[in-house]
Amino acid sequence: MKSQDLTTAYRDPAVARALLRQIETTVRNYRRQMTLMEVCGTHTMAIYQHGIRALLPEQIRLISGPGCPVCVTPVDYVDRAVALARRPGTIITTFGDMVRVPGSSSSLLREQAAGADIRIVYSPLDAIAIAACNPGKEVVFLGVGFETTTPTVAGAVLAAEKQGLTNFSVLGSHKTMPAPMMALTSDPELQVDGYLCPAHVSAIIGADAYRPIVEACRVPCVVTGFEPLDVLRGVLMLARQVVEGRAEVENEYSRVVRPDGNPKARQILETVFEPCDARWRGIGVIPGSGLRIRNSHAAFNAELKLPVEVEEPVEHKGCLCGEILKGKVRPGDCPLFRKICTPEDPVGACMVSSEGTCAAEYKYGNI
Amino acid sequence: MCLGVPMQIKSITDGVAVCEIDGVQREASLMMLDEAQVGDFVLIHAGFAIEKIDPEEAELTLKALREALDMGLEPK
Amino acid sequence: MNSALILLGHGSGGKLSHQLLDDIIIPALSGIAPEEQNDAAVLPAIDGELAFTTDTYVVDPIFFPGGNIGDLAINGTVNDLAMAGAVPVAISVGLILEEGLPVADLQQVLASMRQAADTAGVRIVTGDTKVVPRGKGDKIFINTAGIGRIPAGRKISGSAARPDDKVLINGPVGDHGMAVMASREGLELTADIRSDSTALNGLVEDLFTACGDKLHVLRDPTRGGVATTLREIAGQSGVDITLEEQAIPLSEGVRGACAILGLDPLFVANEGKLLALVAPEAAEDALAAMRRHPAGRQATIIGEVTAASNGRVLMRTGIGGLRAIEMLSGEQLPRIC
Repeated sequence: MKSQDLTTAYRDPAVARALLRQIETTVRNYRRQMTLMEVCGTHTMAIYQHGIRALLPEQIRLISGPGCPVCVTPVDYVDRAVALARRPGTIITTFGDMVRVPGSSSSLLREQAAGADIRIVYSPLDAIAIAACNPGKEVVFLGVGFETTTPTVAGAVLAAEKQGLTNFSVLGSHKTMPAPMMALTSDPELQVDGYLCPAHVSAIIGADAYRPIVEACRVPCVVTGFEPLDVLRGVLMLARQVVEGRAEVENEYSRVVRPDGNPKARQILETVFEPCDARWRGIGVIPGSGLRIRNSHAAFNAELKLPVEVEEPVEHKGCLCGEILKGKVRPGDCPLFRKICTPEDPVGACMVSSEGTCAAEYKYGNI
Repeated sequence: MCLGVPMQIKSITDGVAVCEIDGVQREASLMMLDEAQVGDFVLIHAGFAIEKIDPEEAELTLKALREALDMGLEPK
Repeated sequence: MNSALILLGHGSGGKLSHQLLDDIIIPALSGIAPEEQNDAAVLPAIDGELAFTTDTYVVDPIFFPGGNIGDLAINGTVNDLAMAGAVPVAISVGLILEEGLPVADLQQVLASMRQAADTAGVRIVTGDTKVVPRGKGDKIFINTAGIGRIPAGRKISGSAARPDDKVLINGPVGDHGMAVMASREGLELTADIRSDSTALNGLVEDLFTACGDKLHVLRDPTRGGVATTLREIAGQSGVDITLEEQAIPLSEGVRGACAILGLDPLFVANEGKLLALVAPEAAEDALAAMRRHPAGRQATIIGEVTAASNGRVLMRTGIGGLRAIEMLSGEQLPRIC
């Protein structure tokens, strides 16, 4: 295997045309609109980035789901991160995605301008390295993400524990994936004919994790990779299921995703985290859809370890992010989109993250 | 929601792999992939190798794509 | 000069300041004899229109693969003049040094400035030096101004793009931005990516010789990258520009680093690239001229002006889709999702 076989081979225009022709043939005699949801924000990005939506036949409507971890992080979490950033002697470490997210009255980028020590890291392991180099300071890592990212945060906590670091903690807002899909499927207002299931979340949880959705709700699920040909092939596999009236879990991304995922990664995750109910920005509380740090690792829980006063959360009225995250409306339907809400001055969560539905539409959709 | 990059393992020291894509190298933890070896392609996310890329499955997928090409080019 | 470090006194205007100027800065940059040193440089009369530009350089780190803040400052100023169709004549250099800067670092930066100026055929004629207390600056900041002469008959502007113009670039995109980012602490990337920092005035002269008034727009895609610069041109000219994703040259290292960090190379800074919008009948001549020049060996056509319209930039993607390209908002940050 060569490296190109994993990248450029999945961007071949001739194969793309062939897949598109097969998709057209598949839906030609299908009389209804087919609504497919890409649950994951990275799919949303890929679909915009490669201009896929406009290539698909008109019957197929792709809608974006709630799978951008930055977008679904509730505003009071950002407010707490802001409060921690203001705490003397504290270093906030975070992925680049979080710094622009608006809280009720501030954001991390604004706190940085005001003097807070905020450092963008590539890996949670970089955050514990910063903690080791700054023994006199409290280093807080902003733990945001789904099952792909949570094991890396758990891994960092275990590494910090092993090194005996006492100045490292995690402010967590971790979410899990199949739960919101189940919630969306049971929403009578929303008719989803099939799910493009996340690529890298599935690498951890495994393709079998979507069986309950298929069994309980009879909605087809296809685990799909992030390269453009993966996405087209995933759409083709879903379209075939819908047309043929099947509802199965299929795995387009079998080169990475196994039926049972990565048990070692889940074991690391479960050593540090346990399931909890979680609030999703714009959607509300979904039972069992979050992960919190276990009592056994409470010393690494920033919320317990570093109490701060957090302002009363304020969310912008008129913002349709909740409806957008559920796939009910498109960004253009929101009265704030492009007018008041822009990537430079985002109002809602979907505009903040580069993979948020509104940001992707703003950046790539003006055609 | 989760950027992941396929990289090849160039060397391993104490559970940390030096991984490469397009000549660019970065370290990644093998905490979640005990059995990974030099030469393997792995998926890197946030400084961790989260899964091995299965060469046989990768070959099957490419084969399926090539077949799509053959079928798609058939006259309608 | 005795001290190995820059001291506050080096900016006092007194004896230490004179030592720094006479021992280090003037010999390195201009070699002007003390009897010629006055409060202002006197330049010979210039016939015709002038181009006048200023820029400030605050890059961190100050040394990076492929260059340093010194040659970057000279090349950047030369390129700003060249993009106005001007032949660079003279440059000023204002240095803001942070107390504690190793004098050897300063010397290295100055030597690179002189070399870059010599290569571009421009003189550094005047300057100024200030020292700020430790922590009030970041090693070294450089402000420049540049004057250039515009030969008669040259009319280029960001508003001069016309439908059917071809969009040319002189080589791969994103090298400078990624070289700087990869050499910053914290990302821990090992990559053979070198800044493309270079003077483009020679290449620009060759382009004018090859296509004369068929050359409509010249712009160097520095911060904000190719995407932002083309958006500016499309907006100024009131045209749509369509790029071919597959035609955009990219070095292997930039491709890899962008994949790891989740960045789009079209938004990454360049310091030795130019975008030329040329009438279609002159495009092949322009391309040939660029490829003959050392700074344009990998020149290629990446797109064209598709309509007189609303100032959009569109991209025909590798798989045949179409997407819009917006300006960079904020700073490009490494992301994981």
